[in-house]
Amino acid sequence: MINTGMLGEDGIHVDMNHLKKGEVNLGTSIMAINFRDGVILGADSRTTTGAYIANRVTDKLTQVHDTIWCCRSGSAADTQAVADIVHYHLGLYGITNDEPPTTQTAAAIFQELCYDNKDQLSAGMIIAGYDHRHGGQVYSIPLGGSLHKQPYAIGGSGSTYIYGYCDANWKEDMTEEEGVNFVKGALQEAIKWDGSSGGVIRMVVLTAKGAQRHLYLPDQDYKGPGTK
Amino acid sequence: MTSIGTGYDLQNSVFSPDGRNFQVEYAVKAVENGGTAVGIRCKDGVVLALEKLITSKLLKPEANKRIATVDRNIGVVSSGLLPDGRHFVSRARDEAADWRRLWKGPIPTATLANRMGSYVQAYTLYSSVRPFGITAIVGGWDSEADVPVDGEVGSGPKVGSGGKKEGAHGGPYLYMIEPSGLYWGYYGAATGKGRQIAKSELEKLNLSEGNLSLEEGVKEAARIIYVAHDDNKDKEFELEMTWISSVDGPTKGRHEEVPKEIREEAEKLAKKALEGDDDEDDEEKMEE
Repeated sequence: MINTGMLGEDGIHVDMNHLKKGEVNLGTSIMAINFRDGVILGADSRTTTGAYIANRVTDKLTQVHDTIWCCRSGSAADTQAVADIVHYHLGLYGITNDEPPTTQTAAAIFQELCYDNKDQLSAGMIIAGYDHRHGGQVYSIPLGGSLHKQPYAIGGSGSTYIYGYCDANWKEDMTEEEGVNFVKGALQEAIKWDGSSGGVIRMVVLTAKGAQRHLYLPDQDYKGPGTK
Repeated sequence: MTSIGTGYDLQNSVFSPDGRNFQVEYAVKAVENGGTAVGIRCKDGVVLALEKLITSKLLKPEANKRIATVDRNIGVVSSGLLPDGRHFVSRARDEAADWRRLWKGPIPTATLANRMGSYVQAYTLYSSVRPFGITAIVGGWDSEADVPVDGEVGSGPKVGSGGKKEGAHGGPYLYMIEPSGLYWGYYGAATGKGRQIAKSELEKLNLSEGNLSLEEGVKEAARIIYVAHDDNKDKEFELEMTWISSVDGPTKGRHEEVPKEIREEAEKLAKKALEGDDDEDDEEKMEE
């Protein structure tokens, strides 16, 4: 059989047997979008080991620099390790070059790591960030380690259920409120239909003002508490 | 040079009691004998020019180029020992390529100058090596347009790329690195035999005001090389010139040789300017 990284024989679906027995998996719904003033990242909070929910309030939105964050999907261990390495590189970059790294810089290292180690890794990442030069940017790095610049990106097992929703509801140049509602609406659908996604909805809004976290709980019908 | 031969000039990395490093100073002497090199930072680009002294009539004219390209948007010219200059360029290319491998984009000119400064300085520290016998001028244009990550596909949203702040990014950069490893950013830089004349000519251009265009810069660079050349003492020379413009300029952000027609036009003007000087001298004499 031709080795297609983490993909199964059909070259489309993820080979779940690749994970080691008992390995923690982020069967996930993640996304990131561009909006008028920057970017918004969003994710569910479910972490599973097989059928068991290992963590129902996971934080899959990881900071790698002041206003550069990523959404992690795939193996929890792999994606944490990759994010840690990128975090280190960007920190060093900021100090040695006397200016903060751009989202592109982050995307370049993420891709390097994900592509060079594609046979060992099970990591699907979405990188989103804000910098003064380029504004908001969203990059997607799926399983093989390719790099895609996109207006918005969705990922994880839950994303398969929301392609239609996103295509129907996406528009460019949304306000922050519209953007938050778009992400929330999409992730609610993903959580509803995907068994491996669930729990709370977390978001991070990245603008010139910095990073702001949002939280939406299922027992408040995903209406709150928001930024409070 | 004072206190020659007191023993403190025989080994690299050894200070003399009054705090000097003679090997580095001797390296500067090697530079002072090289052909004049000039760099001008214009508002819309950078010009590098070199007085290439012809050491033999058997050398093919316009062959054996001395100004090198390090990355698409960065050039280096040096005066002093030629092989040292080539080694410097080789290292600069490695630095640019290493940067590209890791960060998937062009190295900023300032970063390259910093790396090369560190590299040259390291050659003043050890007894097993000697300092670089060159002073190098590094010129570059950091793209003002958005540069994609090498190898990325796709694009962002068509409108409103998310709070982007319009304004100046990138631009022209010019650095000069000396044998000690010392480097500064310059509006105009000159080194080699005719550096004193060249520097005083550069100062007259008021480069800090940022009004000089690249096209004017090419003409000035050619003129300065001609002015700095000493007809009586020096051998014949060839003028070698390269330039780097903005992305919407003639070189589209790349480091390239100045086209032959433009260079020859600049040389014609340079020669005319020199003749003009002579005329003035004659007039002054007549007034006496």
